[in-house]
Amino acid sequence: MSSAPPVEACGLVKRYGDIVAVDGVDLVVEPADVFGYLGPNGAGKTTSLRMLLGLIRPTAGSARLFGHDPLVEGAKALAGVAGFVEGPRFYPYLSGRRNLELLADYDDPVSRPRIDEVLSLVDLRDRAKDRVGGYSHGMRQRLGIASALLRQPRLLLLDEPTTGLDPAGMRDMRDLVRRLAGDGITILLSSHLLYEVEELCNRVAIVRKGRIVYQGGLSELLATAASTYRLRAVEPERAAAALLAQPGIGAVESSDGELRFTADEEAVAALTLALGRARIAFTALVPERASLEELFLGMTDGESSDHDRVSEIAV
Amino acid sequence: MTAVARVYRWEIAKLLAQKRTYLGLGTAIVVPIIFVVVLVLKTGGPSDVPLGRYIRETGLAVPFVVLFFMSIWGLPLVTALVAGDIVASETHNGTLKTILTRSRDRGEVFAGKALATATYTIALVFAMGTVGLVAGSIAWGFHPLTSLSGTTVSPGHGLALLVASLGIYVLPLAGIAAFGLLLSTVTRNSAASVVGALMWALLMQLLGVLPGTESIRPYLLGTQFDAWHGFLRVPADWVPVTRALWVCALYIGVPLVTAYLVFLRRDVAGE
Repeated sequence: MSSAPPVEACGLVKRYGDIVAVDGVDLVVEPADVFGYLGPNGAGKTTSLRMLLGLIRPTAGSARLFGHDPLVEGAKALAGVAGFVEGPRFYPYLSGRRNLELLADYDDPVSRPRIDEVLSLVDLRDRAKDRVGGYSHGMRQRLGIASALLRQPRLLLLDEPTTGLDPAGMRDMRDLVRRLAGDGITILLSSHLLYEVEELCNRVAIVRKGRIVYQGGLSELLATAASTYRLRAVEPERAAAALLAQPGIGAVESSDGELRFTADEEAVAALTLALGRARIAFTALVPERASLEELFLGMTDGESSDHDRVSEIAV
Repeated sequence: MTAVARVYRWEIAKLLAQKRTYLGLGTAIVVPIIFVVVLVLKTGGPSDVPLGRYIRETGLAVPFVVLFFMSIWGLPLVTALVAGDIVASETHNGTLKTILTRSRDRGEVFAGKALATATYTIALVFAMGTVGLVAGSIAWGFHPLTSLSGTTVSPGHGLALLVASLGIYVLPLAGIAAFGLLLSTVTRNSAASVVGALMWALLMQLLGVLPGTESIRPYLLGTQFDAWHGFLRVPADWVPVTRALWVCALYIGVPLVTAYLVFLRRDVAGE
């Protein structure tokens, strides 16, 4: 097995005339990552995934999957890799099972013996004889996962796998992704759903206008934001005075009898001692972690329609 | 089974699951039957086309006459119907990216599609020839055929000439199919490719009848639909046959190689 990372993109650029869809993307996905590729619609996520799979040629740069470049090595570079971009697509006039048989025959080695297993896994065995043309969107998404799993992938690329699903379908899909990740499959998941990425992924790249504006651990990302705390004190005025006098405490605000401030953990620890010494009683001191949404909107400048979309979906 | 054979088998399965395939094959089967039924019910007939005068003498003459009429636009249309669609519909439906993210190289996928298109084209011609022969033989019997040189050819020999003629007739049709496949690959639009391939066929026919085109006429695609006349002469005239072989090789080869190169390099993106 190759020691090269599952995904390694170097300086990927894709231009369509004057439009730069992807602008110098460097991306590394490590084994066993559940990597969130996060960005507003139109940020270049799908174009990046297409380049990774060798479906479109980069204007510049290169992409390697387990060290193999699909543009150079063709389909051989996709060994151990499966997934879909822009939603899974099937032949509507063939049944679900026939579609899987077709795709299994296109695999090396032929993956037909696994068809029943993957149909059961995505709960489609009962409808496998029906034409895909009559499938709901959710069933097609599940068939897409089934077709990817036929290949027994070590790397799964999923482009917005929960888009268009109803809440139950989204939950099932996320459970499935979690289960696959638990089996040790590396997953690269593009999404514009912040809570989805926050829930599933350990590492993220945030992409804006074709460029990556952050790449790294999700927890590190969340920690980069100045931490905010809430303090509920019995005597708010005295508590406020104590806060202002304490080094390392900033942005003190008072509202509804609560004080909000920013501080690092050390300063907060010192604060508790100071409050105790001053005999200022408090009933709550609660860290308020910055949400991924706040960070995301900050990094993407709350982009236009995407901002609306994020707000709409993330509530 | 080799990789290309596997792709080919599925391309045939996909064709067999689509209505347009049956529309084409149905046309190839129904037209000779209608032709024979009309000639049985009515007097007169196509006396001014090759073998037209002998059509009521033997069922063997029927496929030749039907082929003549269908070469103008009927068979080009039903050929284009599948050839123009075979790549474009997959691009449009997004299934091209589905199959290109498995373990098959683009060249293998293209080869499977080209072979399936060729199979459909051959099936069209031989279905039409066979149905014409059977329907004609039911109506007028399986008797000796009068050749284009006026000599009498035994039914067995006539049958062999028919098979050879159908074989050479496939070539110009494959030229139209190859052009349809090229358009299908380049335009990614099924309707535009079907219409474009048909227009190509009609242009070739038109150039063949315009005054002043005599010098290029032997090298037009449409002219090659008459190459079978060479088999029906006594002795056989090999000039139109050999010319059809190399002229059609160009009309098939150039678009096919171009389509292959485009298919290898093109971006497969959503429509």
